[in-house]
Amino acid sequence: MGQAMVRMRDIRFRWRPRDPLVLDIPVLDVEEGERVFIKGPSGSGKTSLLNLLGGVAVPEAGAISIRGTEITGLRGSRRDAFRADHVGFIFQMFNLVPYLSLIDNVVLPCRFSRSRCSRAVERGGTLDGEARRILGHLELDVDALVSRPVTRLSMGQQQRVAAARALIGAPELVIADEPTSSLDADMRRSFLRLLFREIEEAGATLLFVSHDASLEDAFDHTVALAAINRAGMDG
Amino acid sequence: MPLLSLSLMSLRNRWITGSLTVFAIAVSVTLLLGVEKVRTEAKASFANTISGTDLIVGARSGAIQLLLYSVFRIGNATNNISWESYRDIAGLPQVAWTIPLSLGDAHRGYRVLGTNRDYFRHYRFANKRRLAFSAGGPFEDLFDAVLGADVAKALGYELGDAIVVAHGLGRAGFSKHDDKPFRVAGILAKTGTPVDRTVHVSLEGIEAIHVDWRGGARVPGKGVTADEVRRMNLEPKAFTAFLVGLKSRLSVFALQRHVNEYRDEPLLAVLPGVALQELWGLMGTAETALTAISAFVVVTGLLGMLTMLLATLNERRREMAILRSVGARPVHVFGLFVIEATILTALGTVFGLALLYVSLLIAQPIVDTRFGLYITIGLPTARDLLVLGLVVGAGVLVGAVPAYRAYRQSLADGMMVRT
Repeated sequence: MGQAMVRMRDIRFRWRPRDPLVLDIPVLDVEEGERVFIKGPSGSGKTSLLNLLGGVAVPEAGAISIRGTEITGLRGSRRDAFRADHVGFIFQMFNLVPYLSLIDNVVLPCRFSRSRCSRAVERGGTLDGEARRILGHLELDVDALVSRPVTRLSMGQQQRVAAARALIGAPELVIADEPTSSLDADMRRSFLRLLFREIEEAGATLLFVSHDASLEDAFDHTVALAAINRAGMDG
Repeated sequence: MPLLSLSLMSLRNRWITGSLTVFAIAVSVTLLLGVEKVRTEAKASFANTISGTDLIVGARSGAIQLLLYSVFRIGNATNNISWESYRDIAGLPQVAWTIPLSLGDAHRGYRVLGTNRDYFRHYRFANKRRLAFSAGGPFEDLFDAVLGADVAKALGYELGDAIVVAHGLGRAGFSKHDDKPFRVAGILAKTGTPVDRTVHVSLEGIEAIHVDWRGGARVPGKGVTADEVRRMNLEPKAFTAFLVGLKSRLSVFALQRHVNEYRDEPLLAVLPGVALQELWGLMGTAETALTAISAFVVVTGLLGMLTMLLATLNERRREMAILRSVGARPVHVFGLFVIEATILTALGTVFGLALLYVSLLIAQPIVDTRFGLYITIGLPTARDLLVLGLVVGAGVLVGAVPAYRAYRQSLADGMMVRT
């Protein structure tokens, strides 16, 4: 195993001061280059966990570090910048900004992160070239779809565009939140295969959050959220 | 600048509501600037009505009333002034010239003014411009008439045409001085003042058509023909008012006091500039009301934009969450909305300004012929630019409302829309 990608220690989190505790996680470690399956039914604190990892929410106690940077010690705007530079997200559905073109959706993170922008240009020559390269690797027929409004792409196509956006500029950590739950079984398998290939090529770490235990086998190891979260079930 | 192009693309996506919003703001800006334009032009034209006259003298009444009937040909004099008083004052050494004015008759809705040839020599309007003839010349004969530009144009008169003066001011006066018609001897060039809407005849002409009238009706059986009247003494006994030009403006207050304290007859002398100011002051309320209304129209336009931006807020929550996930800060979300509002308002003001000039170009000849108000079309004034700046500033402030809501929402939602 390589170095530490994610370190969570004694995390306690609730949405509002008077709300019940949502997360109470003593330890969660993810090593660099790992593909980790985080299993949890809805309501087990997945959303909270993702917001904490993205630095959008902060825990009331405990520390989270990513790549050795303790994001819980950063100011809000620094956390946003850190997320832009180092973390790519894929969500369940409605991943795309409706008024942006396919390519503009893919290169969106480069608007907010200079380092991802320069890395993307380094790899693909231009932003547009890199976007097309990744989309091609994800087996999307870019030329046929590039002028189509993203709202008229199929769900499988939309998810691949979202994956390309999470991967562009080679962020070290990719977090996927149920990215396959809106896809049928065949699509699900091919999407995972392509995602894994790209993650491997980029040398990124993958955190894959899902309630679907059938996908579990493909990952290096599984973390059951219910097992590590002492805060109970609701939230 | 990651946000500007995002805002532009976002607006392009909602171009129908966006352009309606821009249109509403544009129309309101046009109205605001247009009202301001007409107001200043009207005020300037108003101040241009009479110039070079030092005093207006009439029977004692109010300064504004005297100004209204003598210069604007609106309303009636309550009393006449006697020829003797006029001769007395006109003969004073400090007086350079006088123009007697006799009002009370009309021709097809246009006022008939009895005066003498000094009118064409000394009357000044605008920036001391003198009256010019577009055809013919001043009256020579007893029954000659000189028409204002609008009268000639509206009624299609040319030199030599005969016109009949009606007694009193009704448009369709029943009693007409039809036994003594006048002949058009001259037509004046356009002035943009009430002169354009006036029929000028000599004082003697006015006297002549009334020679066989008593108390507003023809004396039965006492017809005097046009030829007979030429042999009569037509020096008027009384008339309405007269304009005074002085040799030195320094004596204006002394003469004004002299006239106001005139012993033989209650007279009133007013300084035209002062009376004009006073009259314009009366219209100040209407002026303020107009400006206020158009300002409120701008507010309505901006409220339309506010509604549009607020209405999209909910459907854009997911979009904001996506932007957050790729690294946008909450302040970026705020900025996105403010920039959209700024673009909409800025486009609105630019189109509003363009619409103003198009409307002015179209309206200029119409307003000129209909209302005698010539609107000059020039570059936007400093005040216009200030107004435009204020509108854009207000637009930015209005945009801050949905922007702040989106900001709060985005803080609460994070990267996922929690419903």
